[in-house]
Amino acid sequence: MPAQSETGNSRLVKSLLGVVVAAIAVYAGWNLLAPPPPQVDVAYNTVSADGLYQLMFETDVEPIPVGQTHSWVLTLTTPDGAPVTDATIRVDGGMPAHGHGLPTAPQVSTNPGEGRYRIEGMRFNMGGHWEIRIAISAPPGDDAAVFNIEL
Amino acid sequence: MLALLAGLLLPACAPDDFSTDEKKIIRSLSLAELAPLPADPSNRHADDPPAAAFGASLFFDRRLSGDGQVSCATCHKIDRQFQDDLPRGVGVAQTDRRTMPLAGVAWSLFLFWDGRRDSLWAQALTPLEDPREHAGNRTAFAHHMAATYGERYRRVFGPLPPLSHLPADAGPKGTPAERAAWRAMAAADRKAVDGVFANLGKALAAFERSIRPPRTRFDRFAEAIGRGEEPKGEAAFTALEREGLKLFIGKANCLECHNGPRFTDDHFHNTGVPQLEDAPVDRGRARAVAELLADPFNCLGAFSDAPAAACTALRFMRPDEASMERAYKTPSLRGAAGRPPYMHAGQIPTLDDVIDHYSRAPQAPAGTSELRGVVFTERGRKALVAFLKTLDPVDSSDP
Ligand code: HEC
Ligand code: HEC
Repeated sequence: MPAQSETGNSRLVKSLLGVVVAAIAVYAGWNLLAPPPPQVDVAYNTVSADGLYQLMFETDVEPIPVGQTHSWVLTLTTPDGAPVTDATIRVDGGMPAHGHGLPTAPQVSTNPGEGRYRIEGMRFNMGGHWEIRIAISAPPGDDAAVFNIEL
Repeated sequence: MLALLAGLLLPACAPDDFSTDEKKIIRSLSLAELAPLPADPSNRHADDPPAAAFGASLFFDRRLSGDGQVSCATCHKIDRQFQDDLPRGVGVAQTDRRTMPLAGVAWSLFLFWDGRRDSLWAQALTPLEDPREHAGNRTAFAHHMAATYGERYRRVFGPLPPLSHLPADAGPKGTPAERAAWRAMAAADRKAVDGVFANLGKALAAFERSIRPPRTRFDRFAEAIGRGEEPKGEAAFTALEREGLKLFIGKANCLECHNGPRFTDDHFHNTGVPQLEDAPVDRGRARAVAELLADPFNCLGAFSDAPAAACTALRFMRPDEASMERAYKTPSLRGAAGRPPYMHAGQIPTLDDVIDHYSRAPQAPAGTSELRGVVFTERGRKALVAFLKTLDPVDSSDP
């Protein structure tokens, strides 16, 4: 009984494998022809220019909206992951390709602790490539980081 | 596999076909993508149907003016997309700017060509006491509420304050006599009258929130594209219209400012539109920021119903004056083809001239124009105009 069932199982596994291999081949072929998949990142990470900080942000509206004022929560840590809780943060940005800045002047409104900072007043007034520049001033030193965002 | 390949590649061979990216953009411009009506926390009656009905009566009421001849509808004509076809609006006298259409105005972040008001209700108060528009004054408006609309006012806003002891004509922006009479009033009376005045604006705003942009041929085209179908019948575009759309979202850069379902980014740009010779120097947005911050009827003011935290437009407004010199709010292009003349003071008479303006990208009379100039072929110009016409409202008989 056990022997029989084993053979049956391994045959099933083999045929399933065949289907999977075929499916992957079709999928790969399809992928070659299809346009690249849309960006699915909802959390963005970066490291500041001099490597003093690690930054991550999340937005209160997803995906990041065009034409809607929204908020970010920025999380600031040292490279080894310790939260930086008492930073002064300035936010600026724009579209390098079009030579214009942000339509609003976003600001840090609250600092809920554990290295998190709520940035209010974020707004993008068109789709395309935006650059968000974050200037950080805290005990580890002054540094700046850039998020590149494709909308 | 070969058959699959052929099947995938064939549609892309049509010369004027849109890429996947272009299709995404086309869909993003469709009315179906319009966000829900944004809340106005500064006006607690914004979505109150009796307030909107009251506001509709006020919109057409000519007694809300110094000479009894001017209503909002004098300039914002209901059968003309709520504008007046004139280069500059005319009330009691001629103003310095082009009357703006009102469809979809409730989605606007800032009001007026220069955005010097941050809510529909605060906006409505401005023409009421502008000497060239309604030329009314605050106590006269309050007395008119009591005499004509007492019960309707009470049902929406509660009882009117005592008014019978107040002068017939008094207000901070009127004639010298009206201003003197206003200054002579007790501070508490002035505040009570300001409250009635603000409520008048809130009723008008509730009405204006109901004015939505109508669906157009473009929307039917864009919805079909969005569903991955080829638009048919009325929704199908001619080759010229398709070319115009392709230019608009591509090489002509129009999308940089005219984007989203209302074809506006709700921001301010200097596009080198000439200064009128017979009007005072107009600095556009550069002058408006200070005025908005000082407006007692703004979102942070005493008559606003919003908690300060909700006043995001005001709190995160960019203060930089230099880049806002002669910058004006990007107008919606819905219905634009049917309402010449164009720009903030009607400087440009026809759509052909508008395209010419974008092609030449003239130097701004002050500040710096953001336009870089676009080279159009003769056919390209025609195509853009043909496309803009698809944004005109269709007959109401149309689905
Ligand atoms: C004399 C003609 C005239 C009258 C009367 C008038 N308006 Fe206007 N309206 C204009 C002009 C001109 C502008 C643009 C003015 C500017 O930018 O400085 C405008 C702008 C507006 C805007 C801004 C639209 C936008 O997209 O920013 C709204 C809303 C509006 N008017 C509503 C009203 C209401 C409500 C009334 C009645 C209380 C009214 N108007 C009375 C001529 C008029
Ligand atoms: C840099 C931003 C920007 C770009 C790019 C732009 N526009 Fe505009 N557009 C505006 C602004 C701002 C106004 C109002 C300017 C004023 O009144 O001074 C305007 C006005 C208009 C008007 C007049 C609408 C009315 O109701 O008066 C039309 C039509 C128009 N644009 C079409 C286009 C087309 C077509 C393109 C592409 C060729 C284009 N725009 C590119 C910002 C832009």
